[in-house]
Amino acid sequence: MPTLRGKTVVNLFFEASTRTRSSFEIAEKRLSADSLNFSASGSSLSKGESLVDTALNLQAMAPDLIVIRHAYPGAPHMLAKRLKAGVINAGDGAHEHPTQALLDAYTIREHKGRLAGLKVAIVGDIEHSRVVRSNIHLLGKMGARVTVAGPRTLMPVSIAAMGVEVAYDLADAVRDADVIMMLRIQLERQGRMAIPSVKEYFNLFGLTTERLKGAKDDVIIMHPGPMNRGVEITSEVADGPYSVILEQVTHGVSVRMAVLYLLSGVHEEAA
Amino acid sequence: MRLLIQGGRVVDPAQGFDAVADLLLADGVVARVGDPGERLRPGKAAEVLDAEGLVVAPGLIDLHVHLREPGQEYKETVRTGTMAAAAGGFTAVACMANTEPVNDNRSVTEHILAEARRHGYARVHPVGAVSKRLAGEELAEIGEMVAAGAVAVSDDGKPVMNAELMRRALLYAQHFGIPVVQHAEDLHLSSAGVMHEGEWSTRLGLPGIPGSAEDVMVARDLLLLEDTGGRYHVAHLSTARSLAMVRRAKAQGLGVTCEVAPHHLVLTDEEVAASGFSTQTKMKPPLRSAADREALLDGLADGTVDAIASDHAPHHADEKDVEFNLAPFGILGLETTLSLCLDRLVRPGVIGLPRLVELLSTGPARAFGLPGGTLVPGSPADVTLFAPDKRVTVDAGRFRSRSRNTPFDGWKLRGAPVATIVGGKRVELPAR
Repeated sequence: MPTLRGKTVVNLFFEASTRTRSSFEIAEKRLSADSLNFSASGSSLSKGESLVDTALNLQAMAPDLIVIRHAYPGAPHMLAKRLKAGVINAGDGAHEHPTQALLDAYTIREHKGRLAGLKVAIVGDIEHSRVVRSNIHLLGKMGARVTVAGPRTLMPVSIAAMGVEVAYDLADAVRDADVIMMLRIQLERQGRMAIPSVKEYFNLFGLTTERLKGAKDDVIIMHPGPMNRGVEITSEVADGPYSVILEQVTHGVSVRMAVLYLLSGVHEEAA
Repeated sequence: MRLLIQGGRVVDPAQGFDAVADLLLADGVVARVGDPGERLRPGKAAEVLDAEGLVVAPGLIDLHVHLREPGQEYKETVRTGTMAAAAGGFTAVACMANTEPVNDNRSVTEHILAEARRHGYARVHPVGAVSKRLAGEELAEIGEMVAAGAVAVSDDGKPVMNAELMRRALLYAQHFGIPVVQHAEDLHLSSAGVMHEGEWSTRLGLPGIPGSAEDVMVARDLLLLEDTGGRYHVAHLSTARSLAMVRRAKAQGLGVTCEVAPHHLVLTDEEVAASGFSTQTKMKPPLRSAADREALLDGLADGTVDAIASDHAPHHADEKDVEFNLAPFGILGLETTLSLCLDRLVRPGVIGLPRLVELLSTGPARAFGLPGGTLVPGSPADVTLFAPDKRVTVDAGRFRSRSRNTPFDGWKLRGAPVATIVGGKRVELPAR
């Protein structure tokens, strides 16, 4: 599909990412865009250049789209205020990961035919998850009922104000769920007062076949990756019949192709 | 040297005076406030200032200013900071000790005062450090600094985390009759936080600073104060609970005072989102919840709050032009405080004009034991004239400060300073 032929897309990744970056790259190549990768190491970023300067230098080369992944919330917004190029947020700190939510919603709809009325349980480190915030916005808007669950030490204050149910017990979250989305528990949270140990986390929130029993018979299991097998999810569940985890990855490419296409403006040029 | 200010509304909360009257300044002090209706004669060689339609108040005093000199002159200097003060209607500022080197000894205090004498456009009252190098370990030479002119001590920018050091400071400062000023923040609780912890930090995914980070320090310090006696001043108090504790402690008779910052009275944490992560909404303490803001407004009205102090914190534009998490904390205040207070506090009737003058002049003078804050004859001839209804648009590009970091750029406000008189002389700022 040569839809983006002649368009330049810069992948500006300030944070390590395998899945999202590869997904964007493949999407760009399938649309025949010229793409360029910038990562934090191996560029002037590691030499102390500011985000604004990096952006302005890229701007001077007139790209059409910039895909940015950054450890800090609001970095894409900062770029969007300064640049003529379209800016796509590929994840900014614990704030948002919009294309992940889009691919999640797409995957759910593929399986359920709808989003409205579904119970979606999102389980894990809610506080530090951008995936959860974007999913709350998108799934909520589409009429799904979102329940977030996890240890109280990793539950951000006033999360209910975002229009979700909050559970502190995995069984409550799983009960009658149509969709269970497990989040990676970042191992570095261990020992920083959030969780005492991975073992204890697994005892409380690890998803096992046994614990799946309260969910709907046709429940699907999702995970944005990367997974810690044996921590938040057992291999039995991750590789089991309810898992759609790899489908999510497949859909990621097509969803990102759609995002690139729509935000590049080519469909408007054509019209 | 005589200056007659004619026909203004003279507001002096210390005397309970609020009437249209003339004010005569002579030889650096207030000579007389005329009776209402009485026209004072200029007498020989008196300069006359027509103040009709203006408010004539004792000079405004900002208890919380960072002049950045010595060491960070690219952000601000004594000269530019006091120019900003005078432009904003302030006749005096207290400047914090977190300079480079730290104002933790007599020579730095003397240096700041010498700069102020040479280049100052307003009075400068240095605040010395509580601890050497602000390290929070051992007491600084407080007596030496007071002898040189320091009016209070504070490790501002950093809290005094060590309870034993705070206890000692509260005791030791009593030898010199000065308050210990606390930047109340438990560093373990604030941790990596960059904004108030609440619904908005959750929505934005930014690490939060809970209100309790302030509250536990205020609670701890008030307990210590109960044992030590002396004077304790809470800098930039920002939460409902801290305010309630100060209110109780005052009722209990403890020697506690507090200040609040204009931005905490005008903005809330929602502004971080509304501004699209603008780093001009990042300061410490952070913009708090709407409920905290309401409580502070109550504290202004009921007398719990002693002073409005700007926490004028200049930062270079490049330092602020970075990701929200990385930006330094702090915004300017000297050139916006009076207009913000007139427009957002007096105009909507949160407080009356005399109470505002009390919060910006009389209260600060009392809290730190400074000269001024009143127009009683014999007081320093420091006077601020302002137009309570004048329409102004905040223009950071025209600030006298060396920095530009304000969230209020472009705000249309009513009320503005007109003249700043220090020691009986109207301050004339140099042409730009």
